[in-house]
Amino acid sequence: MAELDTSSGGGHKKGPGVKKSKKLSTRVDLTPMVDLGFLLITFFIFTTTMSQPTAMRLILPKDTEKPEDQNKAKESGAFTILLGKDNKVFYYEGILTTENASTNFKSANFSSGEEGIRNAILKKKANTIEKNLVIVIKPGNDCTYKNVVDILDEMSVNVIKRYALVDISDIEGQLVKKSEAQTIAQ
Amino acid sequence: MARPKIPRKSTNIDMTAMCDVAFLLLSFFILTTKFKPAEAIAVVTPSSVAAKVAPDKDFVLVTLDKNGKVFLSMDDEQKKEYIANTLNTTKNLGIDVNAFKKAAFIGAPFSQLKSFLQIPEESRKGDVLPGIPTDTTKGANEMIEWMRLVNEAYQGTKMKNLLLKGDNLAKYPAFKSIVDAFKKNDFLKFQMITSPESVPLGSELWKNNQKGEKRDD
Repeated sequence: MAELDTSSGGGHKKGPGVKKSKKLSTRVDLTPMVDLGFLLITFFIFTTTMSQPTAMRLILPKDTEKPEDQNKAKESGAFTILLGKDNKVFYYEGILTTENASTNFKSANFSSGEEGIRNAILKKKANTIEKNLVIVIKPGNDCTYKNVVDILDEMSVNVIKRYALVDISDIEGQLVKKSEAQTIAQ
Repeated sequence: MARPKIPRKSTNIDMTAMCDVAFLLLSFFILTTKFKPAEAIAVVTPSSVAAKVAPDKDFVLVTLDKNGKVFLSMDDEQKKEYIANTLNTTKNLGIDVNAFKKAAFIGAPFSQLKSFLQIPEESRKGDVLPGIPTDTTKGANEMIEWMRLVNEAYQGTKMKNLLLKGDNLAKYPAFKSIVDAFKKNDFLKFQMITSPESVPLGSELWKNNQKGEKRDD
């Protein structure tokens, strides 16, 4: 304890001529010091960055010119995600044709709710044999880097084994633009 | 009836123990805290559920800022020296090899590299520098050339960590030209620096983690 023994000697009595000096207490009030301590602690807790940046691995497919070298995906297991402007997401299953564009082409967002892309991915995953499932990600020219990372993150959240980052085709780009215009008009 | 005497207790508490604890914690936080060095290139990274900590040595880092400017940095000085020498001989740029070695990052087209290296280190800020041109609509994608040089410098020894640090607001075409430059030079594996995020409750990954399955990311 923060106390010093100030009592003199082993308790033997002083002579009558010796003046008794007044004993001062050596106890210090530590409350302000504790206050200061905790203030500094809270400061350092708030400023400290415990979390270090993490790294997300991405393996790119090798570009092949020859069509026979390219990986083929089964139509039933294909699921294409298109990324548009202002965090908009569009998706379709299988192959998109002019006939089925109105029903197959759907829009979603990055939330985790009913409208979210996660829900759509999970639905597709539940309805497809695992080894057939391939998710094709096609980021449009207006989407941001964050969108790309988010959608790749969605792949690891939903444990999708096979996915690829592919360039968007002109027709799809136009369709995304058209749908974006529609959603704004609504 | 004699009332039992209740001894009066002092309300003073001994603060010493509390003080000890407070300062113990304080010294812990002071020692563990690391102040972020002011970064020359301001980048806000997106978050992901990836759990692997980003490597901080033996790396080649490509930074993409929110305006789509691209910067290159690497920590191996020998490799940098090799690149500077190669640039001097093949492109006749006449750059200062030592300044190139010391530079924390490179952010200028080849044509302006010499004047870039003459700027004092502390005034090289990402928002005023031109960055390495990657936009193919405005000219050549110089990133391809840079990655070729990096590949050459690392010839024989394996390059471990190719990192890409992008800003949330960077547009996809800029990202794509970087990825193209990687692909052209057969760098097919790279890592994207993100800030950590917790796995959403109830998702498949969360369930796997609960089961104690190992993740392969």
